[in-house]
Amino acid sequence: MDSSSSENRGTELMSTLPGDDVRQIMWRFAERYEVQMVVQSARSLARGVVARLVAEGARNTHEWNDKKGQLLKGFDELGLTSVFMDPEEGGFIAGPKNLVLALMAFELSWVDGGAATCSLASNLALSPIHEKGTPEQRLTYMSRCVPPLPGEDRKIWRGAFALTEPLPYVGVDTGILSGRMRVAEWEEGQEPLLQVEKRGRFITNMGFANFVTAAVDSDDPRIKGSAMVILEEDDPGVFDRGATTLKLVHQLSSTSDPILSLKVPASRIIGGYTIKDGVIIPNCNHGDVIESVFRRTRVPVAVMSSAKLLSAIEPVIRYQRTRFRGGSASSAGSPRYDLGLQQKEDALQRLVDVWAAGEAGAALGFAAARLFDEFDPIEREKDKLLIERGITGSRAQMKMFKEVEKSALEFVALEHQPAAERDMARYQELAADTLVQYLVKESQANVLCPACKLWNTGHGATMMREAVSLMGGYGITEDCPGFLTQKWTDAQLEATYEGPEAVQRRQLSITMTNELFLAQFRLWIKDLYAIATQRPGTGANALANAMELWLWTLEFLQKSKDAEGKALYHSQRHGVVFPFADALCWLLASRQQILDLLELEEKGPENPVVASGLAGFVNFFSDLCHVQAARSAGEAGRICAELVYGYQRDLAAINADDTEFAALRHKADVSMAGARLFKDRAAAAVSKVMIPEALDYPI
Amino acid sequence: MNGGFHIVVCGSIVPDPLQTLAPIEGPTGPALKNELMLPAVLDPWAGHALYEAANLAKNVPDSKVWLVSLGPKAKLQQLMMSIAQKVSFELVVLDGPAGGFTDPCEVAAALAGGINGIAGLDRSRLLLFGGCSSASRDAGVTMQMVAEQLGIGDQFLGVDELTIQADGSMKLLERIEGGQYQVSTCTGAPAMLAWATGNLPEPPNNPQIGMMNMRTVMPALQKAQPAPVGAAGVSYLGVELPKQRRETRIVKDLSVDEVAREIVEWLKG
Ligand SMILES: Cc1cc2nc3c(=O)[nH]c(=O)nc-3n(C[C@H](O)[C@H](O)[C@H](O)COP(=O)(O)OP(=O)(O)OC[C@H]3O[C@@H](n4cnc5c(N)ncnc54)[C@H](O)[C@@H]3O)c2cc1C
Repeated sequence: MDSSSSENRGTELMSTLPGDDVRQIMWRFAERYEVQMVVQSARSLARGVVARLVAEGARNTHEWNDKKGQLLKGFDELGLTSVFMDPEEGGFIAGPKNLVLALMAFELSWVDGGAATCSLASNLALSPIHEKGTPEQRLTYMSRCVPPLPGEDRKIWRGAFALTEPLPYVGVDTGILSGRMRVAEWEEGQEPLLQVEKRGRFITNMGFANFVTAAVDSDDPRIKGSAMVILEEDDPGVFDRGATTLKLVHQLSSTSDPILSLKVPASRIIGGYTIKDGVIIPNCNHGDVIESVFRRTRVPVAVMSSAKLLSAIEPVIRYQRTRFRGGSASSAGSPRYDLGLQQKEDALQRLVDVWAAGEAGAALGFAAARLFDEFDPIEREKDKLLIERGITGSRAQMKMFKEVEKSALEFVALEHQPAAERDMARYQELAADTLVQYLVKESQANVLCPACKLWNTGHGATMMREAVSLMGGYGITEDCPGFLTQKWTDAQLEATYEGPEAVQRRQLSITMTNELFLAQFRLWIKDLYAIATQRPGTGANALANAMELWLWTLEFLQKSKDAEGKALYHSQRHGVVFPFADALCWLLASRQQILDLLELEEKGPENPVVASGLAGFVNFFSDLCHVQAARSAGEAGRICAELVYGYQRDLAAINADDTEFAALRHKADVSMAGARLFKDRAAAAVSKVMIPEALDYPI
Repeated sequence: MNGGFHIVVCGSIVPDPLQTLAPIEGPTGPALKNELMLPAVLDPWAGHALYEAANLAKNVPDSKVWLVSLGPKAKLQQLMMSIAQKVSFELVVLDGPAGGFTDPCEVAAALAGGINGIAGLDRSRLLLFGGCSSASRDAGVTMQMVAEQLGIGDQFLGVDELTIQADGSMKLLERIEGGQYQVSTCTGAPAMLAWATGNLPEPPNNPQIGMMNMRTVMPALQKAQPAPVGAAGVSYLGVELPKQRRETRIVKDLSVDEVAREIVEWLKG
């Protein structure tokens, strides 16, 4: 039970809002100065140019215009455009860039999500080339997209990514394309020329893009399968930017429905091609390309929604505190004057909920970003290895990985053993094995990416509405400080583009049952119980119990049938697997939030600035963890109960299971003891925390 | 003079002006509530001096800029993540307090000591830059004291413009009363310029410049010397906020004339 911790850690309240020093520790970039600089750079653009654009009403038009174009200039001048590129391509950050891009998106969407989308969309266009392009394609297009250096006279290129097609074609289901490619000319010994037809729908950056990476299928027996191709604005044919999308959100990004009908050399097929028996065989089909693109680009989108929740805290506190000032009913120094709406418990507690959800989402999103930073080099190494070993084709790969999975499971088990007890030689051998490491990381990435995209944006949108409501009528006006309504409605797009919630749930319903993932999940539960003993105030106990309940329910669902005798766990049975995926997301976000807190507690004392206020921060974030853990355990418990009981008519059919489930559910429920007391303390901190005099961006 | 200028800019942090500044009685005398935790910015007057220095160094070949900062090391490091992106300089760090309750004489001594320790600094080419004022300390005498300790007699206060003339001499515009300037000419370095606002906008961030500066910034932070300046012998009778309460109002859609009219009315009471 979790009620003793407040005495252990003193009663110090958080005195200021968490600053950069605190975030750098929690999100693990305290040692990465280049990343910290990009954060400052993005922030200066967001709270300068971007905020002014929004305040001046630039969101009130659908069309892309010169005023909005200031954004692109800003990205270029402040170095943000080249963050995506490697040094040899003209960038300035070496190595994987998932975390830095996520942080950039965080800073931009702190003010406006559309600005963040606009910056991410160019990278999205480049991503197919970055992930799967040939070395020449990479160098060419990445370098073209770097802003010219002083003294250089060249055009900077910007791209758009075109997958989605006009109805009834590609949307959620990306398998069947109507975009086509045919061989237009193919002279003996020469590079074939392709005729590419692509109509896009809702394509970001299309108002100014100089090139498009487009998904198309073969319409010619001389081309096998699908591919992504690069189309340039000066290619012969039609490069029609199309009708502007009349969207109501993210208006600082450009979106339209392009019509593209162009003749391009076959060398524009991303990843290149081989010719066999007179047939062009693209080296990568469009499905492979988009899979490796989206699993990275979805993470910054997730982070965007969480940034907005956290950005709402300060304006809401200010509104609440000043609500009654100036009237005759409250004089300076009176509680009504000083605290305003914060005299009311509900106003404070709902803000605590918003804050906790923002923290959990950010924790999960940044954890996913860091994971991809670790995963990227391993994946490239794996690709190289497979080529060296001549293992091509998905069947051969699957067979090989089936073998490696055993070692991966062994590695996971060894890793969680105390160092003194483990077989060190074997552990080191497996730690150095690229394929083992690839599988371990992949099993996590395949869950964390869809989980953060789904939960941060979906639940984030709901919580953003809560934030709006805390500002009353002001919340739904255009001049509400912090642009809360804009952030709320924008969140719906974040939940939709790059794969709406259904897509994420579909992916999770498969990846979350991966044995390697589940093996790690079980060990995470053990870790959380250990955390709960040492740090009972974090809600780790409630969370661990809920995770255990989830795991039990999975096994139940996989083995059981409904009242009609139909299997419960089936990928097409969305009524089961989709809510079950949701339950997992709550748990994962909460877990990561606790891990970030522990990091702050451990590393905080090393930084004198953080150390001076550490006790207050640790208490507050710990209370937020607890609030969120209780909520997550509640959500997971509710979902699991509905799935276990909801498909049965006669409980006698699951008699023994019922007893087990009820015991586990009860354990999870009672571990919420004290949770509301921690919420009270978090609320007290929110009523006392010092905030600046005014928002640091225009309204 | 051979070669360009060696420009040393003295500048440190102040709390972000948007923050609530509440004086409290700390263990070692008066302090600001939560000062260490509040976000900090480069003291605006020192900022103008730094941007002017960088601009001058860009236009006079073979010049170099140092930024000498007396402040808490961890806070300075955080500040560098944005300032080091704006212009090129080499950092010298003196690890000590940067609050508003230090004695300018002690501060000046520490800064002069720091400057004396800069390897390769050519005193004959030295332009000592700083702010004529500060957003937290505002003693208005610090730069003069530093200059005196370094033996620099040519001192200019409230500088808004510096022009290097064809013969290498410097033409300076100093603010005096009534919105007027005093125009002076100085044959050249060494000299001390305490800047008012200058004429340059804040340079945008550029992480590429930042990455270059970082090569020297981080080692400078690591080898920062402790500079425990305070206000020895000074006892504060009391510290309080100005009587007029700060009221931040944000107005939109108001013409400049209307804003001016409102302010005049307010001033008239
Ligand atoms: C402003 C904006 C910018 C965009 N930018 C780009 C871009 O740059 N490039 C690009 O290619 N695309 C872009 N898109 C397109 C975006 O990715 C799609 O809108 C999104 O993938 C959903 O497709 P859809 O709108 O056709 O929805 P639909 O496919 O019609 O789906 C609608 C809903 O039906 C349900 N559903 C559909 N299929 C299934 C299923 N198989 N299982 C379960 N439920 C299902 C889900 O609830 C889903 O949300 C953008 C969209 C917008 C609005």
